[in-house]
Order: sequence, then C-alpha cells, then structure tokens
Amino acid sequence: MLRILITVCFALVTTTAQAEIDIKQVTSPGGINAWVVEEPAIPFIALEIRFRGSSSLDLPGKRGATNLMAALLEEGSGDMNAQEFQTALEALAASFSFRALDDTLSISARFLTENKAEALALLRQALIEPRFDQDALDRVRPQVLSGIASDAKDPNSIASAAFDAAAFGDHPYGSAIDGTVESVSALTQQDMFDAHRNALTRDRLFVSVVGDTTADAVGAILDDLLGDLPAEGPVLPDDVAFGLEGGVTVIEYDTPQAVALFGQAGLKRDDEDFFAAFVMNHVLGAGGFESRLMTEVREKRGLTYGIGTYLVPKFHAEMLLGSVASSNATIAEAIEVIRGEWARMANEGLSAEELEVAKTYLTGEYPLRFDGNAEIAKIMVGMQMVGLPPEYVVDRNDFVNAVTLEDVNRVAAELLQPEALHFVVVGKPEGLESTQ
Amino acid sequence: MTRLFAAFAAIVTAFAAHAEEVTTYTLDNGMEVVVIEDHRAPVVVHMVWYKVGSADEPVGASGVAHFLEHLLFKGTDVLAPGEFSATVAANGGSDNAFTSYDYTAYFQRIAADRLELMMQMESNRMNNLRITPEDVETERQVILEERNQRTENNPNALAREQFNAALFQNHRYGVPIIGWKHEMEQLDLQDALDFYDLYYSPNNAILVVAGDVEPEEVLALARQYYGVIPAEEHLPVRERPQEPPQRAERRITYVDARVSQPFLIRSYLAPERDPGAQSEAAALVYLAELLGGSPFTSALGQALQFDSQTAIYTNASYDGSRLDDGTFSFAVVPAEGVTLSEAEAAMDEVINAFMEAEIDPARMDSIRTQLRASEIYALDNVDGLARRYGAALTQSLTIADVQAWPDILQAVTEEDIKAVAAKVFNRDQAVTGWVVSSQEEAR
Repeated sequence: MLRILITVCFALVTTTAQAEIDIKQVTSPGGINAWVVEEPAIPFIALEIRFRGSSSLDLPGKRGATNLMAALLEEGSGDMNAQEFQTALEALAASFSFRALDDTLSISARFLTENKAEALALLRQALIEPRFDQDALDRVRPQVLSGIASDAKDPNSIASAAFDAAAFGDHPYGSAIDGTVESVSALTQQDMFDAHRNALTRDRLFVSVVGDTTADAVGAILDDLLGDLPAEGPVLPDDVAFGLEGGVTVIEYDTPQAVALFGQAGLKRDDEDFFAAFVMNHVLGAGGFESRLMTEVREKRGLTYGIGTYLVPKFHAEMLLGSVASSNATIAEAIEVIRGEWARMANEGLSAEELEVAKTYLTGEYPLRFDGNAEIAKIMVGMQMVGLPPEYVVDRNDFVNAVTLEDVNRVAAELLQPEALHFVVVGKPEGLESTQ
Repeated sequence: MTRLFAAFAAIVTAFAAHAEEVTTYTLDNGMEVVVIEDHRAPVVVHMVWYKVGSADEPVGASGVAHFLEHLLFKGTDVLAPGEFSATVAANGGSDNAFTSYDYTAYFQRIAADRLELMMQMESNRMNNLRITPEDVETERQVILEERNQRTENNPNALAREQFNAALFQNHRYGVPIIGWKHEMEQLDLQDALDFYDLYYSPNNAILVVAGDVEPEEVLALARQYYGVIPAEEHLPVRERPQEPPQRAERRITYVDARVSQPFLIRSYLAPERDPGAQSEAAALVYLAELLGGSPFTSALGQALQFDSQTAIYTNASYDGSRLDDGTFSFAVVPAEGVTLSEAEAAMDEVINAFMEAEIDPARMDSIRTQLRASEIYALDNVDGLARRYGAALTQSLTIADVQAWPDILQAVTEEDIKAVAAKVFNRDQAVTGWVVSSQEEAR
C-alpha cells in the first residue's frame, strides 16, 4: 500500500518573485520516504539519493575505501562488466553520478521518461549488485592515486590538508577522503564490499525526485530500487571540537601566488542564532561583490581576484571558513585586512542599512535557486538530510526577515573571534611567518 | 538625428522551434534581440553580448577586452562605482560577465519583474562609462591576481598557454584571453577607452532575454532602452589575421616542478561551425565521441585503459564554436611506468586503426541518441540556452543555424566522419605538447 503523507503546495513569495512548488511526500510499502515534485513540462526525470555517513564510515586503516567504492559503482554490476554497463547506460542517454563526500554519499541520476524503467533497472543494479571486479579495482585505483599525487602539489589542496589535520586530528574530518598512497594501495575487493555494505543502508537514506513522473509512480518504484539494501549501518563517528587555535601556519611552496585558508569554530545548523550568523556572514564575506571583505581586499586595494567566507555546519563539527589568494608580496597585507575586518565586524557589527540590503538580497535570491529539475531535487534532498520540513521553503525567508539588528550584532560579537582565527598559507609569503 | 528616436520597424521572426520558444527581432540601430520563453519559474536572465573578444584586440594590448569587462562594473554618468552590482543584489539578483576570444557578455539573473531596471542600467553602461585612473590602477592589480590564480599558479594552464601559442601562428587565438602578463601590466585607461568607444555599440551587440517573459513586452523595453542608442558608424569590419598554410609539426615539452603527473596533449586545427555550413563540425562532434568521449566505450579508452593498461585517462575533444578556426584535441595521461613516447605511440596507433576500420553502427546509434537526449536535458537550463544563442550569434551563426544544428547532428554519417578525420589529422597543422616535472620525465 502506498501512502502519500502530506502534500505541501505553496508559493515561494518574496517582494518580487513567486515560485510555485508542490512538494509531495511519499512512503513506499517498504517504508522508504521520498519527496517528489511533479514537473511534466520536459520529458525527463532527475533523481537524487543521499546516504549519510559516507567516508566518515571508513574502517580503521582503510581510509579512502568509501571513495574508491563509490567510484567503482559505475564499473560493473549484475551480469555486466564496466564496458557492458556503460554501453547500456549510453544507449539510454541516461547519466548517473556516484560521489563520496566526507559525510554524504551522493547519487544523482538523470534519465528520459521514454526509457525510465530501463534506466532505473540499471541504477538498481549499480546500487544493489555492484561487482567490484578486480580488473576494475586495478584500473580505478591508479586514477585515485594520481589524484592524491596531484593534491600533494596543489597549493589549495596542501592548505586544506594541513588545516583539516590541525583542526580535527584523528577524526575522519582530519584527513582527505581519498585516503593516502599507503591506504589506497592496500585496499582489496573485500574492502569494497565492506564499504558498500556500510555506506548504502536504508536507515540513512534520503530520496527526492523531480520531473516527468508522479508521486504515486515514485512510491511504487522505491522498494524495487532501494529495498534490498541493508536496513542499518554501523555507528557514525562522534562529534569533534574545532581544535585549531588562532595563528598562522606557513607552508613553503614555490609558486608565485600564495593561497590562504582561514577559519575558526562556527555554529550548528539548528542553532537558534543560525540565521543571524548567516546574515552576518553574508555581509562579512559570503555576499560576493557586496561583501565587506571583497570591498576591502579586492575593490579598494586590488590584493586579490576573489575572497569569500563560508559558514560550514557539518554533521560532527562547525566552522566559519574563508579563502583568499594573493601574490607572495601582498598576502601578508591581505591577511592584515581580513583580521581587521573580522575585528570590526565583531566590535561594531552591521549598520541597519547593511542588514536591510542583505535581507533583500537573501530573500530575493532564494526563489531563484529553484530553476531546474536537478536543482530542485538537490535542494529537497539537502533539506531532508538536515531535518528540515517541506514547509521550510516557504518559511525560510521569514527566518531571514526575523533577524534583528540586535540579534545579528550580538551574534557577530559572540561568534567572530579575531584572535582565534587561524591562517594556513601555502606559497612563499613575504613578511609572514608561522606563529608559536 | 530623428532616425535614432524613430519608432522601430522591428522585424519579428518567430521560429517554430522544435522545443524552446524563441522569438527574434532586429532593432533599427542594428541591435539583435533574442527572447527565449521559459515560464516554469518567475525568473529572467538578461544578457548583452558584444561581438568583440580577445581575438579582436590591438597588437600589444592583450587582455584589454577582459580588462574592460572588469571596468564596466565601475561607474557611469549616473551609476557610482559598484552601484550596478549593488543594485542588482538589492533586488535579489546576481550579475557577472565573461570574456572569450570572440565575445564579451554581461548578464543578470533576477526576478522577472525586475527586467526593466536591468535594461535601464545595462543600456546606460553601453555608452556612458566614467572610469578614473585610480579605477584602472586597482583593477589592473585585480586582473593580474586573476592571472596568478588561473594561470601562473597552475602548471597545466601555463603549458596549455604555450601549446596554444604554437598552434596559432598568425591568429589571435594564440594569445591568452586574460592577456600576456607583461602586456597586462602596461594596460592603461586609454587602451580600455579606445576599445570601449569603438566596439560597445548597439550595432555590435546582441540582447538575449530568457525566462518568464513575453516577447512583445521585451521588445517594448528593448526599444525604450537600447533602441535610442546611436549605432557606431565607424565599427570596423570584423576581419582578423588568418592562419597561413601550416607546413610543419610543432612539438613542445613544458617542464615545471609543480607538475605531479606527466601527460600529453595533441591539438589540430579543425573547421569551425560556419553559417549554413555546419556539417563538418557536426561530424567532428561524433569523431571526438568515437575516439575519446567515454573512457568505457571510445576507441582510446578501450585500447589504452581496458585492452592495455597504458593510460589512466584519455580524452578527445572538439571546439568548433569559434568565429575562425576551431581545434580538435587529444589528451593522454600515461599509467605508472609508461613513458610519454610509449603513450603517444599507442595513441597514434588508435587513431590510425580508427581510420582503417569500419565505424560500428551501434556506436553511431548510441551517440545519436545521446545528442538527441541532450537537447531535451538542455531545456531544463534556460541560462544554457541563452548562452547557446548569444555565443553563436557573436560567432557569425544565425538563429536558423542554431536551430538547424540538432538536425544536422542527427544526419551525420560514417562517411562524413572519415572524410573530416582525414582532413583534420594532419600533423603539419598540429602541436604535440608534453607536460613534465623534470627533463628526465620527457622520454
């Protein structure tokens, strides 16, 4: 029996744009939930599947197993080897992508209405019956190793690796999901089956579908597509505190432009101050050309092509991060300006006008995100993962508008800690040395 | 003068497009207007494309097209520096711009009922820029940092720049879009203004509006804001230096300690899509797919990644969206223990074998199906459709050419592919580049 639990039909209303979106929630007879938007205008379907856990479930000594496993899902399944599988997929003009992230295994599928049954059968086969053939493992492993070698010489990757290791140590967040040359070289076929068993489980599954289909039709296919996966996965890692203190870490690398990754502890997605922090961060560094950091570092001083800051509420830790790149001769000045802006925001906060302009942008921009089947499917599956209800798409702008000047400036003062800001700089920065 | 303010004798040509709803006009002052309807969401993309890019720059001023693009976000007679983007943002929209060899384009993405404001501001900066020497000083530093970020810090980008400079012996496609660093450092206010005054005019521009709009309303607004701008009488004919007959293969080894993985690229000159003549280009799309599209099913992927463990990555690609010559390229990343010589020999063996064998009809069917499906998927992305029309019209194609392209692709035969391959795979008009971390790796 198919139960359609709720239909939330509403208009996304802002001062200017109204986007109508009708999110239907459906539960299959086997108990799998999905959010569905019926959009018959174009004869294709976008399907987004997420599993929480992903690379954070790598077993001890097996760093990189989930990442390699995900890469192998398209390399043969059922009675098809890699080439047979891809030949079948190409003949349908469908596309699947399988991607491991630190906390999320992400599967995106796009296929035509005219052959959706065949496309779904292939997707089911890849998810439920992967083969992990030894020859596929031997072919894909060197690709991953090549990526690891490339990261070791890429300034941005060098900075990220150093930052993560210093902030999170032995927690999965402290190391790259690709693994190391040593760990990846040692992975076996059995490790792939283990990673598959652990990462693709129904208790951590989220699904959304947008396109030329109906909620009833989606409900009917969910059990066949995903019902044969194991019910439960292993325990998730513990939460971890952001362990990096204020300062500078310089990593010498011979390249003309230094790159800097900087950050401090952040706040949780469900923190009651999240929206105040979100608005504040928009003004500080997330708002593109309108942000203070872009104005001060790029527009006024010409020190960089781009600078941005990001609130990063992950499942097990929270950060406020930023990045900038500037010539070796000028990166020290850029960092000084950033520290100054961090302090200015903490001490003085926003003006009433800045708050209004930020709210207008943020509430006006939100409906513009819902502009394609895959985009809508991605937004919906992301909402499910962090526990937001379908009504959030209506209420979200109210949350932004509810932020008061008092809130935002209190949160700026509490959250931003100039002395706790740590910069990892890769390059040959002039006039900048590691602290401590 | 009256002519400039006269009512438009707009020529309305509504194409019965197979899929997207497209309406076109030409204004009296020569500005083309393309309206693409997509009423699924109350959003509009407003773009102005200028038929000028880096390949139109004067000698010695490389990068000026892109530099000017940055300067257009400074002030005008009525807009303070930064006010353009700030106004877009204050209305909940986003804006940006991009420069290529053949075009420079500016766009905003915003709620559909804000279209008029966008037109008002965009039409204002077509003719009324007010840039100060201080703007120029700061923004020059920004574009130099942009070059640092995109190119100087990236050994693969530096290598591609070298290979491209060797592939084009006379055409400006050999000069990087962002500019050579030493010339960027010398760009001044006058360079930018000269370029602006000559090329930024309605008879050198295309307006593309895509989204939740009605063509008649767009036309009315286009008349009001763009139609009143006088045409540039001295707009030069767009004739750029062409390639001479190329008579010798070029080989380059780029050495950079920051390279982590040696690889090779081979690029050939190739025919581009031309008005009324897109068949060779269409055949080249298939050729790239057959030789190096999917690693699982293409000839290079099968031979070098499956039948032998010669490579960890292979690719063939065709860029035919150009006003002048296009390019056809291969890339191979050898597996551990395989030298670049061996990888290149294996690649050439695949190319030679392809030329001698029959093309598998099943592969042709599969590619045809994928190309047909890509047209359906493309409808989900109105920004992408807007860019498709904007780019094509700056590269001398017509609306009819753009709309005929999917059918031309479907009509490609095995014979077409073999014929164009025989023409393109001429090593005398190709560059083979090796990218290595040390001279020892170049073997």
